[in-house]
Amino acid sequence: MGRESHMDESTVVISMKDIVKKFGDFTANDHINLTVHKGEVHAILGENGAGKSTLMNVLCGLYKPTSGQIFINGKEVQFSSPKNAIEMGIGMVHQHFMLIQPFTVTDNIILGVEPAKGLVVDKKTAREKVLELSERYAMKVDPDAKIEDISVGMQQRVEILKVLYRGADTLILDEPTASLTPQEIEGLMEIISNLTADGKSVILITHKLKEITACSDYCTIIRQGKYIQTVKVEDVNENELAAMMVGREVNFRVEKKEQEPGEVVLDVKNLRAKDYRGVEIVKGLNLQVRRGEIVGLAGVDGNGQTELVEVLTGLRRGESGEVKVLGKDLFNKNPHDTFAGGISSIPADRQKHGLILEFSNEDNLILQHFEEEPFSRNGILNRKAIREHATELIEKFDVRPRGCEGAPSGTLSGGNQQKVIIAREVTNDKDLLIAVNPTRGLDVGAIEFVHKYLVEQRNKNRAVLLVSFELDEIMSLSDRIEVIFDGQITGSVPGRDADEKELGFMMAGGKKHE
Amino acid sequence: MNKKKSIFESNVLYTIIAILVGFVIGAVFLLIAGISPAVAYGKLIDSVFSKPKYLIWTLTYASPLIFTGLSVAFSFRTGVFNIGAEGQFVVGSLAACVLGILLDLPPVLHALVCIAAAAAAGCVWSLIVGVLKVKRGIHEVLSFIMFNWIAFYLSNYVVNIPAIHKGSGEATKDVLDSARILFPEGIRNFLDCSAANWGIVLAVAAGIAMWVIIEKTTLGYRLKAVGYNSHGALYGGINANKSILTALGISGALAGLGGAVQILGMSGRLSQFAAQEQYGFQGITVALIGSSSPIGCIFSGIFYGAMKYGGSKLSIVKAPSEVVDIIMGCVILFIAISQIFRILFKNLRKKKEVS
Repeated sequence: MGRESHMDESTVVISMKDIVKKFGDFTANDHINLTVHKGEVHAILGENGAGKSTLMNVLCGLYKPTSGQIFINGKEVQFSSPKNAIEMGIGMVHQHFMLIQPFTVTDNIILGVEPAKGLVVDKKTAREKVLELSERYAMKVDPDAKIEDISVGMQQRVEILKVLYRGADTLILDEPTASLTPQEIEGLMEIISNLTADGKSVILITHKLKEITACSDYCTIIRQGKYIQTVKVEDVNENELAAMMVGREVNFRVEKKEQEPGEVVLDVKNLRAKDYRGVEIVKGLNLQVRRGEIVGLAGVDGNGQTELVEVLTGLRRGESGEVKVLGKDLFNKNPHDTFAGGISSIPADRQKHGLILEFSNEDNLILQHFEEEPFSRNGILNRKAIREHATELIEKFDVRPRGCEGAPSGTLSGGNQQKVIIAREVTNDKDLLIAVNPTRGLDVGAIEFVHKYLVEQRNKNRAVLLVSFELDEIMSLSDRIEVIFDGQITGSVPGRDADEKELGFMMAGGKKHE
Repeated sequence: MNKKKSIFESNVLYTIIAILVGFVIGAVFLLIAGISPAVAYGKLIDSVFSKPKYLIWTLTYASPLIFTGLSVAFSFRTGVFNIGAEGQFVVGSLAACVLGILLDLPPVLHALVCIAAAAAAGCVWSLIVGVLKVKRGIHEVLSFIMFNWIAFYLSNYVVNIPAIHKGSGEATKDVLDSARILFPEGIRNFLDCSAANWGIVLAVAAGIAMWVIIEKTTLGYRLKAVGYNSHGALYGGINANKSILTALGISGALAGLGGAVQILGMSGRLSQFAAQEQYGFQGITVALIGSSSPIGCIFSGIFYGAMKYGGSKLSIVKAPSEVVDIIMGCVILFIAISQIFRILFKNLRKKKEVS
């Protein structure tokens, strides 16, 4: 099992033994063991819903285990709250951010551990400490910006800083790279190696095999709540890890038939738009997407792709320019009209824009259609039709658990929430589908699934605009890759012979090599 | 998935516990004041249940509270906080009272006109606040509270206009009989309750109508979507501002109707206020006890009505009627912290399972 060097008891910082966690009749963790040593990166690998997050929530004090023991530095502990865990040096960065939207970055980081001068919060010291931390780990944040105004990427950095600020010795990172750009991921890898060199331990929850092989020492695999095994990462390859995780062989390649793109569906000309601060961020952008092609928009977060999509879908007003879908003017129309005009989209933030979490899945599945027959007539909802529609889509798009039509969408796992959105948007059958980071936080099996549906849309002769920070995803799916930098399209390459280094160079503002 | 909710997880149980705890704490205060809780509570129960006509009185006390409760509950369900039901209730009663005095119409029609005017007045009063919120970003709680006071002084001003004011005293003239919504005299005599009126029937109908809107219609779908997640609703093509205005308009109309029922059913005139009458604020209590469910509000409104009616007779046994306010306050407090009961029960059950 490759655990020889793992047997040294003296360097063990965390040991979880036979952890069982039940929710009602459902067993999320079924006798799981985990041993983490000082200064190591220990990856936890498993599909969505395998029980990784549950296990980590037990470790960081959010959940009480049904049975089992936790030892920190050899001493048995029982956490009654995350506060206990942080006192023992365990801090968690959650996949879904736990930030207070109207507060500033600094406020969020110091929340609960505010430095005080007498009775007043010493904001100045706090701000300096935050800046110092953010510089030390090369994590760019604006300490005075409000969370609701900053990008998903920056929110992630705030979450990491929050844990560092509290002086954690063991950092649990739940899908930390899900929303980071390739450059940011490199930066994070550096931070991780600095931390481990300093004697801190990192537990990495992920289903990105590449990251595990790149930076982890050990990997514990969990499948359907059960402990499978712990391996030394240098002894295994990605395919073996994937097979252990899913329990079968996985197909990484996206199959696409050859086809010529047809007429222009989306035509954007000289588009200009400002960001939340009123600074111009889309600076005269031109872009076309044709029928039957997937156009990948590659770029580092913050170069205007978010604002571009918001203008296209009607969530943000553009300053000037042209947006046409099949010749119809859709510039500065509201979301209702852009949808009617032929734009369907998978939003970047599935919990803010994609779903109404308190709504049942069946209600979320008719979000754009609740006023249409058969879902309603004369203002009265037809519950039977709504339920049938949901049952059909839940079956077809493999949303789990089955029978979740009436359950609030907020109770689903992240991957299944995404499936609900995809089921809704893909079946809208619009001429243009915009997908923004559609596989963020999903596991290998679910990614395979999402990609299949994007390609299916292309094969059905629809236009697909894929905006993603995952270069791999862009390269494997796109027929054509457009590089966005500083609010403009700075380069275009056919998807087939794209080169990762070349693209990375262009994304950083370099010109295409001829 | 376990679909059947156990009684331990339903709101009803915790509400009942909260009510019982409220009574226990009220008893403590009574003891401190040197009054026997047994005597006071005995009187309270006696004055509601001992004669059928007391129950009818309870229902007449309850009807305006059900309306303001529904008003607040509707706003809760659609993501806004109508703390202005008080003011909407006042303008509703004012509109009903003024038209009830000044217009001269045939019986049923007159009442209907007054009721419609009251609903419209409450609706407009709430919509002004809504427009301020949507167009100018002014938080609705602030403007609602100010509009409560504007309604208060507006009402006191109108009550004193000569054409409306009754010669001596501090009230308006009586609303014409044609505008009243009292039961026919025969039935009132039979029930032995002079103020028995259609208000309770209207209140129950409004509760059912609200339930239908929230659960069964596209309007309810839209309002709830915006209430839960306005970003997501906007993304789905729903006009959030329009929904907020619709929700506030309906909520205001419900409170206005409560005012009409109070004037046309119970009191028959409007008195000059010395202080806010609290119907709107009591509506918040009713909505909270009723878990913001329309049907829950009907029952919690009747409960509050019983407490108010029974409480008004406590002075007979020399107990202060304020004990009712203490009880209701405690009930709300304990409903708010009912999460604690929930956890206690869960742990208890777990321990049982283990042993």
